[in-house]
Amino acid sequence: MPTTPMLTARWAEKDSWLLSTYERLGGYDGLRKALTEMTPDEVIAEVKASSLRGRGGAGFPTGMKWSFIPQGTEGQGAKPHYLVVNADESEPGTCRDVPLMLADPHALLEGIAIACYAVRAKEAFIYVRGEVPHVVRRLHAAVAEAYAAGYFGTDVLGSGVDINVVVHAGAGAYICGEETALLDSLEGYRGQPRLKPPFPATHGLYGCPTVVNNVGTLASVPPIITGGAAAFAGIGPEKSPGTSIYSLSGRVTRPGQYEAPMGTTLRELLEMAGGIREGHELKFWTPGGSSTPMFTQEHLDVPLDFDSVAAAGSLNGTSALMVFDDSDCVVRATLKWTEFYAHESCGKCTPCREGTYWMVQILERLEHGTGTDEDLDTLLDTCDNINGRSFCALGDGATSPIVSSIQYFRDEYVAHRTHGGCPLAADQPVLAGAH
Amino acid sequence: MPLTDQTRVDAESIVARYPAGHGRSALLPMLHLVQAEEGYVSPAGVALCADVLGITKAEVAGVATFYTMYKRRPVGQHIVSVCTNTLCGLVGGDEIYARVSEQLGVGHNETTDGEGTPLTLEHAECLAACDYAPVVTVDYEFFDNQTVDGALQIVESLQRGEKPTPTRGAPLTDFRATERLLAGFPDPRPDASTAPTAGTPTLAGLAHAGTSATTVPATPAAED
Ligand SMILES: Cc1cc2nc3c(=O)[nH]c(=O)nc-3n(C[C@H](O)[C@H](O)[C@H](O)COP(=O)(O)O)c2cc1C
Ligand code: SF4
Ligand code: FES
Repeated sequence: MPTTPMLTARWAEKDSWLLSTYERLGGYDGLRKALTEMTPDEVIAEVKASSLRGRGGAGFPTGMKWSFIPQGTEGQGAKPHYLVVNADESEPGTCRDVPLMLADPHALLEGIAIACYAVRAKEAFIYVRGEVPHVVRRLHAAVAEAYAAGYFGTDVLGSGVDINVVVHAGAGAYICGEETALLDSLEGYRGQPRLKPPFPATHGLYGCPTVVNNVGTLASVPPIITGGAAAFAGIGPEKSPGTSIYSLSGRVTRPGQYEAPMGTTLRELLEMAGGIREGHELKFWTPGGSSTPMFTQEHLDVPLDFDSVAAAGSLNGTSALMVFDDSDCVVRATLKWTEFYAHESCGKCTPCREGTYWMVQILERLEHGTGTDEDLDTLLDTCDNINGRSFCALGDGATSPIVSSIQYFRDEYVAHRTHGGCPLAADQPVLAGAH
Repeated sequence: MPLTDQTRVDAESIVARYPAGHGRSALLPMLHLVQAEEGYVSPAGVALCADVLGITKAEVAGVATFYTMYKRRPVGQHIVSVCTNTLCGLVGGDEIYARVSEQLGVGHNETTDGEGTPLTLEHAECLAACDYAPVVTVDYEFFDNQTVDGALQIVESLQRGEKPTPTRGAPLTDFRATERLLAGFPDPRPDASTAPTAGTPTLAGLAHAGTSATTVPATPAAED
């Protein structure tokens, strides 16, 4: 079978980010087709038929999300509609939206234009994390090119449809990737999650119907429109079709972005990436960022798609595979992830705000070999009181590294105590408590 | 640099980007603008935002203190961020942070005050560049695949007033110029947006696809 990447196809082209390159390779044909040959409802139906699921982490069916937007002339339907692009990419390990926006910003912009047409939004906001100014430059330039070419602005390509796009930079807050916190942030407030329901589909930005979609989700839309839903649905597993950009980082020979059909396994991805670095063995890895329970050697053959990973006890998340080997201390890794959650907890609810703080204290003791017999149980008990009891999924995610590392590596926790410190990485500085 | 009439004009132009009646959406970009002018979120900057948006200074401060990138004390000419999240930290980032901190004699969110160009150091959370770990940024431009020696050379060069070249991203300017970009004002340098960005890890999958025939099945879209 020939190798034809879909999302990364243009990344190696010279000046891949220019409109001229994108158009030369068939860019904006999807938008043209949608505007001239399809009604907005037909676009939604096509995306539904493709079975595309959101790439932002939760895997929600995209066509269904778009169909929830109230239309018509009454109630919420009569209010302005908005599209908000989640380009906050801050989940530890996740590094595929940034290279996509750097290499191929027009793929995102075409997806935005098609989505706006489908849900009848005249205004789109790209909420991009602040720490990537070069992405902001690329977006500024690409958006200006798209306006000049008539893909954005008033009366897009003579269709009578208006689409305006604003690039909006965040300011360093992981929680602003959570869609309702993002909306609060975009409205100029502290980024704290909102109570759901009501959902953004009916009461989102400024209390109006709003679609929030991830960058990779929207970039997957143009090929669905040009190539048809059936072709897309034919790639990978039936219930999670399409390709995914798997991000491999850490102890692999060739870290990087590997596009492959959904349902590819770590064993297959490692073959592409040249395996674990010379002289070492795989120890633990995350299938979809730090908020997804870690996997081990046992899970090399789990198909990495939403349903299969869930069946194996974790979450597909953002397909961010952070790979660690036998030289890495799982307690240290867990401590550092927990410090991250403690730092990024928005403080709105008690279980997460207080729980993450205490878990850092306990993990520090354990890492330094001064923990007690009860500490592991206290940790698990704290996780129990956070998971499912916190206001948003950040709190749940914070428990993932802890519960899974104790599940698979309890012996290593115990060894820290009996050894009086880390048996593996005792000579390395740990940046603990510095957050 | 004090805030000027032009700052207010710029702030009002940010407000105009958002739908009528929703000017408060301008607050985050306006705080970036304040940092572009003042090097931090100054009391005068808070007052300006409050005045332009018709909200209280307490409301502005409440927002400013929530976000990591808004600084409470003046940042030096450059901000050096070392990723010490788990992946970078374990493959060298923690050591890089410790050694750079020692070399500069400053800790997290502190600014050098001795000889040379003032630098602010921070340790950062995951910067969405884990495939290039360990990662350091200067004014948030990527210096990928760092070593202790490489990072020390970068800060020494910055202290001498030089501008080392990022591995991905535009040539360096300084913290304030980056903040102006984040406020939504396009980089005025003609070639800034075309600086190269796709290093080896970005293209690793494509390189592999070129040498084997087992990855992605053909899609009609890609056959066009
Ligand atoms: C703490 C937290 C952080 C998140 N960060 C991101 C993010 O950076 N980017 C993203 O697209 N989704 C993120 N999400 C998921 C969003 O809430 C939302 O599900 C997603 O943007 C929906 O888009 P999709 O349907 O296209 O996947 C995050 C969720 C949580 C709970
Ligand atoms: S779980 Fe954490 S991040 Fe989410 S609302 Fe509660 S305190 Fe905030
Ligand atoms: S962990 Fe350092 S960039 Fe992701």
